[in-house]
Parts: sequence; C-alpha cells; structure tokens
Amino acid sequence: MSATMDTESTYSGYSHYSGHSKKAHRQGSRDRHKSPRSKDGSRSEKSVTIQTPPAEPLLGNDASRAEEGQDDNWGETTTAITGTSEHSISQEDIARISKDLEDSVGLDCKRYLGLTVAAVLGLLVFLTPIAFILLPQILWRDDLEPCGTVCEGLFISVAFKLLILLIGTWALFFRQPKADLPRVLVFRALLLVLIFLFVFSYWLFYGVRILDSKDTNYQGIVQYAVSLVDALLFIHYLAIVLLELRQLQPMFTVKVVRSTDGESRYYSLGHLSIQRAALVVLENYYKDFTVYNPALLTASKSRAAKHMAGLKVYNVDGPGNNASGQSRAMIAAAARRRDSSHNELYYEEADHERRVKKRRARLVVAVEEAFTHIKRLQAEEQQKAPGEMMDPREAAQAIFPSMARALQKYLRTTRQQQYHSMESILQHLSFCITNNMTPKAFLERYLNPGPTLQYDRDRWFSKQWTLVSEEAVTSGLQDGIVFVLKCLDFSLVVNVKKIPFIKLSEEFIDPKSHKFVLRLQSETSV
Amino acid sequence: LPAAEAQRIEIHKLRQGDNLILGFSIGGGIDQDPTQNPFSEDKTDKGIYVTRVTEGGPAEVAGLQIGDKIMQVNGWDMTMVTHDQARKRLTKRNEEVVRLLVTRQSLQKAVQQSMMS
Repeated sequence: MSATMDTESTYSGYSHYSGHSKKAHRQGSRDRHKSPRSKDGSRSEKSVTIQTPPAEPLLGNDASRAEEGQDDNWGETTTAITGTSEHSISQEDIARISKDLEDSVGLDCKRYLGLTVAAVLGLLVFLTPIAFILLPQILWRDDLEPCGTVCEGLFISVAFKLLILLIGTWALFFRQPKADLPRVLVFRALLLVLIFLFVFSYWLFYGVRILDSKDTNYQGIVQYAVSLVDALLFIHYLAIVLLELRQLQPMFTVKVVRSTDGESRYYSLGHLSIQRAALVVLENYYKDFTVYNPALLTASKSRAAKHMAGLKVYNVDGPGNNASGQSRAMIAAAARRRDSSHNELYYEEADHERRVKKRRARLVVAVEEAFTHIKRLQAEEQQKAPGEMMDPREAAQAIFPSMARALQKYLRTTRQQQYHSMESILQHLSFCITNNMTPKAFLERYLNPGPTLQYDRDRWFSKQWTLVSEEAVTSGLQDGIVFVLKCLDFSLVVNVKKIPFIKLSEEFIDPKSHKFVLRLQSETSV
Repeated sequence: LPAAEAQRIEIHKLRQGDNLILGFSIGGGIDQDPTQNPFSEDKTDKGIYVTRVTEGGPAEVAGLQIGDKIMQVNGWDMTMVTHDQARKRLTKRNEEVVRLLVTRQSLQKAVQQSMMS
C-alpha cells in the first residue's frame, strides 16, 4: 500500500504539470482574443502561463489556408512556459490530498498493530522462564528430585536477571513513538523475529523433552530456564548494538537545501536507513532552518514574470510552425536583450536595506525607552505601596502602546507581520519583564527570523511530509543518494556524501630541533 | 658551461679626504644568504658580486660592471670569504691599486638578469 503511495506522490507531480498546461492551452485555442483573460485566470491560480500566439505570417494572403490548419493544431503544438505550477491546486491535487488523509488512517492501524505484536511477544518472553520453572512443580510435583540450595541459588539469579531484563527493555523500547514512518524498521522487525524463533525453539524443546517425558531432574530444568534468561540478556545486548550504537558513529555528511530560497545546512549521520535519516533531518529542520515565509518569495517571482513578458515570436519564413524552435528563439532573444533588470534589483535591494535599518533603529530606541518606565519592586517595597503594584501582564499592557507602532512598522517592512499577533507580542513582553530581560533580549525574537519551532503551529506551512526517493526507504544510506522531503509548499533536497577516509600519519618533532639562523644580505660600498 | 669571461681589471683608488675609495659596492659572502643575490646564475653561489658601480668612479673608469663576480683581489681568493673579509681585502690602506679578476656573464644575460631582478 505504501509502495503505491510513494510512487504516486512522485508520479503525480508530472501528470499534474501536463494536465494543467493542457487545460490552459485549450482555453487559449478557442478564442485568440480571450488569451489575456485566460492569463488572468491562471494568475488567480498562482501560476504564470505565457502563451505564444500562433505564428502570423507577414504576407497574409498566401498563407490564409495554412492559418486554418495552424488553428486546429494550435493546442498541441504550441509551447507554453509555465512558472511555478506547484502552487496551483487543481482538481487532481484535491483528490490526492483526500486520498492521503484516508490512507493515513490505515498507517495508524499498522503502527498500533506493530505495537501490540511487540507487547504480546515481550510478555510471552518474560513469562517463559517462570513458566519453565513452575510447570514441573504444578504438574508432577511428587516425582521431582529434591533440589536444595543449588536450585534456590538459581531461583535468585533467575529473578534478578529477569529484573535486569525488564528494566533494560523498559529503558530501550518503551518510548513514546515520535514519528510515523512509511515502512517498518528493518532491524526492529528482525529482532522481533529472532526473539520469536528463539523462544519458540526453546518451548519446542521443552515441550518434547521435558513435558512429554516428565523429566524428574528438577535442577536440570531450572538450569535450562536460566540458560534461556542468559540468552535473552545477550539478545538484549544485540538489540542495543543494532538499534542504538551502530548509528552513533558518523559516517555520512548530509546536505539539506530548501527548494524555495536555497537555505542549506549540513548534518552528520551514522549508518541509518533512508527513512530514519529523513526523520533526523526533519527533526533538525524545525530548529535550524528559518521559518518558511512565502511573502519573501514574491519579488523573485515577479522578476521572473517580467523576463519573458516582452517578447513575441513572428514566423517570417512561412507556415512551418516549429514550436521548439520558437521557444529557443525566445530564450536567445531574451539573453541578448539589454535589459536593466539587474540595475533595478540592485537599487531595490539597497533601498530596502536602508529602510529596514532605519525602522530597526527607531524600533530599538522606542523599546529601550519603554523599558525604562518599568521598575521591579523588591519584597520590602511591595508592602509599602500596594495600590500601584502591577503583575507582569498589566505592566506589559501599560508599556506596549509606546512601542507598538514602531514594532508594527518594522514587522511590516520585513514581511513578518503574519507571524506575530498582538496577543503573542504581549505575552512575550510580559515573559521578558518577568525574567528581567533587557530590551535587546526582548527584540531578539523580532529582529531576525527564527526557526520554525518558535512560531505558532498555524504558520508552519509544513506539517505533513512525504519522502520521495529512488531507492527503497528501508535501505541504508550510501554515498551519492539523493532524496527529497516534500511538503505542500516547498521541499527539502537531501544529498548524502560519505565522510572521506582519512589517512593520518604522525611526525615526531624533537623540541630541541627548533634552531634558527640569520639570513643576511649586506651590501657594502668600498 | 655558459660562456663566462674572466677579465683582469685594474682599479686606481681615489683619495677622498682620509679614505681611499674604489667607487662600487659589493654583496655576497659565505656568511650571507645566496638566494637573495640578483646577479648570480646559480643561487647557491656565495661569491662576492658587484652590486653597484658609482658613476664616474674609479671602478667604472677601469671597466668594472654591475653584476661582475670578483674571483681574486691582488692574488687573494674571493670565492670563499665572508663579507667582512672581502671588504677588508678591498680597502687595505696601504694599497693604491687593486687588481681584480672578475667573471662576467655574457652581456645579454647580464642585462636580462638585471632587468628581471
């Protein structure tokens, strides 16, 4: 089930693109006059479609018949250069999202099934040695050979070993699951199978050789149970090594790049499967990457739209409608055109920086001034003037108006106003006042965009992730693997590189060997 | 081996006040750093080289040129001496004439070397 889901999520990207562009074409081919409006329509869906008008031969009369032919094939042969079509939501997307929601319910069942299987197996395993010891006592107590201190010693050792096993298993396995992975964790499943086979073979042996034949050597039976517990402890050791220790040593360096703005980070990972590596990357994403802000991307999109907007293609040589040739011609013309958009970009950015700096200076001054109005009352002073005392929330509300305007202007200039509501600012202010923070500490949250965890869950834009990978997600990391973590608005491209094999050699320097000479270059006149 | 001429040059010292001057400057010596010598072809050569010739001085008149390597002074060997020993041998107070045996690289090479340094 998950396999189809994985392939579907990669595949639908392409089918979505072609479906969308075909729809846009059909709209254009109906009526040439409507093409500006169809552009508007696609703009409302947040994508930019540039349609080349059908080629108009300059010598109109001869080619009128050919023109009709062109109109018929226009939908299929014209190339359209689509902008960021990932943002538009077509009908296919909605269907896909609803299907994803349905499937996630199935995944939850799978997770609970896995948990119950493991719990049942664990209980069985834990009770087995006790059963081995107790069953002969219950079933054929009278036939058993008396077994004195040796057995009692063995009972004590079994009890303590079981206790250690219990504590170890609780420490290792009983953890809140922090993630929902697409596939089963291979090592964990292998260990469960191993334990099951092991215990099963012990029960088999016990059932055939001891229960059936009603063995009277009780000491042997107790020792058999002790050997089982010892083996279980060793399996527990194996579990620690496989599940915890093996991935601690860093073997790979992983580069994570966000697709929308190119922000990148490097992480060190050990031997992990791809899905667990993706989990580590995502856990670090929420605390390392600055929050995704769609308002910051509009500038580059409008620039991209302006680049190709001014060109039209006329086919002078006749009715041969060469679509790829037309687009190549457009690209070449755009490259040769002496446009001054780089100038615009430079001055715009310089201007924006100046504005931000000015607003920031005003903000810092306003906040510093506001903070001087508040003074913390010591314990003795608190009894003296009970009337004027305020708790942190009231104090925050009292000084907030003097800095509100400057703060709001600054947030607007840096396009962060969506991320901070007035309530959150007041809360933060009272928090800072309570903890004796300086104005600069209060402003730290607003002056620089912080990691995603800092903000309200609604503004995260990234809660449901899909792992897109060419290799199976349970296979281990290798050098050169690339996988993509997609969420609805952007994706993280992860590139795996092996840490190089380091050849380290030594060189011994005798401390007495540091000697120097003067290098002279005299010139004497004679 | 590249062509290196050996020349005998006779310089008559000029009296200036209390001193007898020859009108050139020397560099090099076994106690100096041979790699910083711009005139030597082999940068491990620790010999004595002429680094400057004053215009119109006795050395220029006698035909000494910049970049010449001084092999002998009045019969004394100058290829394995310290800088100070070389200076002393050239500025002996009781000698008015010094006869030098100098080696010079061919003219083109000398010009190239001095231009490159």
